[in-house]
Amino acid sequence: MKVELPMPRLGLANNDAPLPIKIVLNWGRRYSLWVFNFGLACCAIEFIAASMARHDFMRLGVIPFAPGPRQADLMVVSGTVSDKMAPAIRRLYDQMPEPKYVISFGSCANSGGPYWDSYCVTKGVDTLIPVDVYVPGCPPRPEALLQGIIRLQEKIASESLSTKAIRAKYAGSRRVTSGEVTRPLLTNPQADATLAGGEQS
Amino acid sequence: MSVSGHRGSLDRALLTLTRLSGVSPYLTVGGVVLAGVLLFAAAMGARLVLAPRAPTVMKLTTYECGVDPVGEGWAQTNVRYFLYAFLYVVFAVDAVFLFPWATVIRSSDLGRASLVEMAIFICVLLVGLAHAARRGLLRWV
Repeated sequence: MKVELPMPRLGLANNDAPLPIKIVLNWGRRYSLWVFNFGLACCAIEFIAASMARHDFMRLGVIPFAPGPRQADLMVVSGTVSDKMAPAIRRLYDQMPEPKYVISFGSCANSGGPYWDSYCVTKGVDTLIPVDVYVPGCPPRPEALLQGIIRLQEKIASESLSTKAIRAKYAGSRRVTSGEVTRPLLTNPQADATLAGGEQS
Repeated sequence: MSVSGHRGSLDRALLTLTRLSGVSPYLTVGGVVLAGVLLFAAAMGARLVLAPRAPTVMKLTTYECGVDPVGEGWAQTNVRYFLYAFLYVVFAVDAVFLFPWATVIRSSDLGRASLVEMAIFICVLLVGLAHAARRGLLRWV
């Protein structure tokens, strides 16, 4: 089933937009992050601690607990990603609207952490989704999350969105789906049986 | 405190402005509405020319906590919850109709007639409320 969707792109005026507009938009984007907390394990508790009164990350502009991926622009993956959970993470990341950012919180999300040798742990969430900031620790202190958010805000301040970057994020180097590329290599088993000479494909 | 005698400072300012400039008040209201529409159009236009757009197949699927959605989007509610709607009509819609009454109750030509009409209106609603009370719906659960 082929779906006709347009290629990812930025709005048309982005190239002609003067620099002050870009600065203002970057400023608005980095100080109004709405975080979709993907709390999976112990790091989620540290995330919650960072959202509470003592280490409040709301003073950085980060609003906690978006109701769903479609209302969020920052995803904080905090905790061990098991192989069973991995498709859900990918799907929820896909369902976030552009522009979106990911913070990988804790060593399990960075690289598998203490479970690097497990049969069922995804060794780092960056095998699934593109990560912007890694916060190391097991678990990282809430202050580390605050520093990670500030680092992300610095990154957004210096960022310049472009159509090329968005397309590259969605594997823009791939112009066809894998099915279209591999289809000529496969033959229909029925056709293979009826052909006398066993045509090579 | 009569509602007609006290106008907020914003109301007074707009009214004074309207009277000073000599235009009808409806024009002022129209101007405010137009300003709102223009603001909305500007915001949506800015989004159209500046926002990134990256639709993918997975992004357009229905959200169901990261898994494939199953079943339909419609869920049936038990019909007994109509009682919430019933009590809402009795209290809230009733209150909405009481507000305009407060603006005419002091006037000489409409005051007494409006009192009788509103008494009939409230009695009709009270019949519904009495029915709800008789059914035990106003008891705290």
